[in-house]
Amino acid sequence: MSTMLTVDDLRVTFPTRTGAVNAVRGVSFTLGRERLGIVGESGSGKSQTGRAIMGLTPPHATITAKTLNFDGIDLLETSVKERRALRGNRISMILQDPKYSLNPVMSIGRQIVETLRTHEKVSKREARRRALDMLAAVQIRDPERVYDLHPHEVSGGMGQRAMIAMMLITGPELLIADEPTSALDVTVQLDVLGILDNLVRDRGMGLIFISHDLRLVSSFCDRVIVMYAGRIVEEIAATDLRNAKHPYTQGLLNCMPEIGADRHPLPTLDRKPEWAA
Amino acid sequence: MTPSLKIDNLEVTFNRFRALRGVSLEVVPGESFGLVGESGSGKSTLLRAVAGLAPVTAGTIEVNGNLLGASRTKAFYREVQMVFQDPYGSLHPRQTVDRLLLEPLAVHGFGDIERRILRALDEVGLGSSFRFRYSHQLSGGQRQRVAIARALILEPSILLLDEPTSALDASVQAEVLNLLEKIRRDRKLTFVMVSHDLAVVTHMCDRLMVMQHGAEVERLTASELARRHVTQDYTRNLLVASQGFVRPVVQNA
Repeated sequence: MSTMLTVDDLRVTFPTRTGAVNAVRGVSFTLGRERLGIVGESGSGKSQTGRAIMGLTPPHATITAKTLNFDGIDLLETSVKERRALRGNRISMILQDPKYSLNPVMSIGRQIVETLRTHEKVSKREARRRALDMLAAVQIRDPERVYDLHPHEVSGGMGQRAMIAMMLITGPELLIADEPTSALDVTVQLDVLGILDNLVRDRGMGLIFISHDLRLVSSFCDRVIVMYAGRIVEEIAATDLRNAKHPYTQGLLNCMPEIGADRHPLPTLDRKPEWAA
Repeated sequence: MTPSLKIDNLEVTFNRFRALRGVSLEVVPGESFGLVGESGSGKSTLLRAVAGLAPVTAGTIEVNGNLLGASRTKAFYREVQMVFQDPYGSLHPRQTVDRLLLEPLAVHGFGDIERRILRALDEVGLGSSFRFRYSHQLSGGQRQRVAIARALILEPSILLLDEPTSALDASVQAEVLNLLEKIRRDRKLTFVMVSHDLAVVTHMCDRLMVMQHGAEVERLTASELARRHVTQDYTRNLLVASQGFVRPVVQNA
């Protein structure tokens, strides 16, 4: 499997009044055309890792890495302009809640067309046709109607499909999905994951799936990275999750209530300071 | 035995939208009852209707045998308290924890305030060092503990819990669920708990009702659900969905 993304010793630091906050502290991994899950609790640095790759880290933060390489491009050395050309074109990102990540005053179709025409020279008619095709590809039944709707007029599941359509219309090679289904109902969640799964497989994309839900991630991804306090504590094949070694990973798996398991009280996580060391 | 909470054919209508379509249920004292469903199923509306936060258009609600009228009395709120989903939104941002806990005591004319506040904090595992903090100085789990302390400080007999852990990390969720169970046992409280998460509800509740489109789909005991003795397809779908993503077998076209 060819490596598309190499991350070596990535660090993201935010200056604050009380000193530097190290959100990401030396994260390393490589990604080919596969599904990689990044799991962790709030504040573990999982989203900041994704954002650093995408180039969405706030300007006042500092990013350092030994290597941050996407398909031969050194992401640390690229100019703002080159970064813009990559973002949304070869690297795309799906965010958590379509209520906030879609433009509320623009119809869904126009937003998709805008993305496409930012990166490719296509006629308006062609762009519209491709946007409609893409809406159909994310299993929206009546693309013509949804094209003209505004984000507040569609449900969460529909909004997230539109978001996926917008992110995939440029045919990215790398897709970063940051909690793409956390704002959705469980049954809708599975539909959206199914769509994502098909598109990633058919188009041969690399996927980084960021989530707090260890079980969901392990059912969806090939490989899972578990993060705690800005570091990777464990990397494990998704099918092998039951044999996780790190007490944090085990704790995360155990602390969730399970249907049929009668555990009162639930085991809680006993955080050890050395995990964050 | 008089039921703690008896709801009969409850209807809630927002403008012309029927959010609840004739739901009935009975919760006996000391029981923990769960409401499960997806967004828009009316599960939260049901809870809010009991608390007097939703426009009831038909049906009746009885609490400890007393029929509730259009507005809620002070006595009602001493019996019934609610914990909301979002601990970031349900605590006053400019009040200290002390002030937040004092408010209900002052409203209801309780004496012995000092002791009650310390006890409430102690009960939710926060300790007196949290007493003079503002909510922005607390983590999500700590805030939810404060919200629980505020609900408990009036010594209610019924606690309405609207997705009390869905905004929390999994490990913090476990801590809060354990806390709620302990409190229910110690104080012999009646819980009505809303959640979208079947696993959380089966863990916490003896009986549960699955809801969809503002109506009941079916009623189950936790053990029936654990043994997957469900009769409705909708519940079955929910059960399957809660197991995580299953990759469909690729067929060769």
